[in-house]
Amino acid sequence: MTIIVKKVTQIICGVIFLYGIYIIIHGHLTPGGGFAGGAIIAGAFILLILSFGSEFLALKKEETGSSLLESSAILVFLVIAVLGMIVGGVGIFLVNFLPKGTVGKLISAGVIPLYNIAVGMEVAAALLTIFLALLIYRDEVLK
Amino acid sequence: MELLIIVMLVLMIGGAIFSLEARDLLSAVIAYGIVGFGLVICFLFLGAPDLALVQIVVETITLIIMITVILNSTREEVKKGWKKTTAYAVLAFVFIGFFLYFFNRATDTLTVFGDHAMRMSKAYLQPGAAETGSANLVTGVIFDYRGYDTLGEATILFTAVIGVLTVLRLKGRK
Amino acid sequence: MIVYILAVFLFLIGIYGVVVKRNLIKIVIGIAIMEYSVNLFLILIGYVKDGTAPIITDQVSEIVFVDPLPQAMVLTAIVIGLATTALLLAIAIRIYKKYGTFDIREIKNLKG
Repeated sequence: MTIIVKKVTQIICGVIFLYGIYIIIHGHLTPGGGFAGGAIIAGAFILLILSFGSEFLALKKEETGSSLLESSAILVFLVIAVLGMIVGGVGIFLVNFLPKGTVGKLISAGVIPLYNIAVGMEVAAALLTIFLALLIYRDEVLK
Repeated sequence: MELLIIVMLVLMIGGAIFSLEARDLLSAVIAYGIVGFGLVICFLFLGAPDLALVQIVVETITLIIMITVILNSTREEVKKGWKKTTAYAVLAFVFIGFFLYFFNRATDTLTVFGDHAMRMSKAYLQPGAAETGSANLVTGVIFDYRGYDTLGEATILFTAVIGVLTVLRLKGRK
Repeated sequence: MIVYILAVFLFLIGIYGVVVKRNLIKIVIGIAIMEYSVNLFLILIGYVKDGTAPIITDQVSEIVFVDPLPQAMVLTAIVIGLATTALLLAIAIRIYKKYGTFDIREIKNLKG
C-alpha cells in the first residue's frame, strides 16, 4: 500500500479502537452493547493488517493469541453466570446479583456491564481469528 | 414510513436480482453490498439503532472476506448449458408463484403493519428499567430476561470459529 | 401488508439463487440473502406506528416504544449469519484448491 494509506492508518487505528471500547462500556445507557463494540474492535485490527501487508506482522503468533483470548472470554461469561447461582441466594442460573443502582448512571444495572465486556471480547477475537485463518491459508498454500 | 420502507425494499430486490445474474463474480459481490447497506437504512427507519450498528460493521467484514476469497481463485462465471437450466428455472418460478399466493392468504391472520406491540413485550416494557436497572431496554432483555439465548449465541460463534480452523488446517497434509 | 409480501419476495429470490445457479459463490450469496430477509421480516413484525427506539431518557412523558423483543433476537442472529457465511466461504476456497473450478457439476468425485 502507498505511504498515505499507511500514515492515515497509523493515526486512525487507535481512535477506532477507543470508540469500540466506549460503545462496549456504555452498553446499558446508549444503543450498542457488546456485539456492536466487539465487531468495531475487530474492524480496527483488520484495517491494520490490510494496510500493512501480511509479511510485516507475525500472523501465526497473532492467531494463537486471539484464539486463546476468545476461549478465555467465554469462560469468564460462564463463571459470572455460575456465580449468580451461588451468591444470588435463589439458586437460579444467570441471575443478576449485584446491586442495581439508579437508572442512567455509569455504574448501575448490576452484572450487565460485565456481561457486555465478556461478550465484546469474545466477538472481537472470533472475527479476528476467522480473518487470520484465511490469510494464513492464502500465504502458505495458494502462493 | 411504510412508503419509505417499500422504496428501500424495491431497491434491495433489484440489487439481489442483479447480484445473482451478473457474469463477473466481482460485480456480483459488490451488488450484494447493496442488499446489506439497504438493510441498514431499513433498520434506522424501523427504530432499531443497535441493529444498524451491528449490521453495518458485519456487512463490511463479510464483503472483505468475500473479496479475499474471490481474488485468490477465479473471477469468471461458469459456462452455460441451456436445457437443464431452463427446466430448473421454470420449476423454480412455479414454486415461487404458489408460495406467494399462499403467503398472501396467510398474512390475513397478522395484524395491520404497525398496530400494537405483542402482549409479551408489554410485560417487558413496563417494569423493564426498574427491574434490570439499565436504561437501554434491548440490553436488559438480552442479558437479564433472555440470558440463555445469549449463551447459545456465544456457543454458536465459538463452534463456527472451530469449524473454520479445522477446515483450513495445514498440519498433517503431507 | 405489501411490506410483508416484498420481504418474502426477497427470501424467494434467495431460494432461486440456491436452487438454479451452478456457481458455488452464487449459492453462498443466495443463502446470505435469505438470512437478511428473515431478519428484516422479524423486525417488521415488531414495529409500532410513531414509536421510537426503546431507550429511556430523562423526558418523562407518554412516549410510545417500539417492540424490544424481536430486536434482541435479531441482534444475535446477525452475528450468527456472519459466522455461517465465513464457514461456507472457507469450504468454498478449499474446494477450489482441490478441483480448480467452482462449478458444482464437476465436483462429484467422491474418492480421494
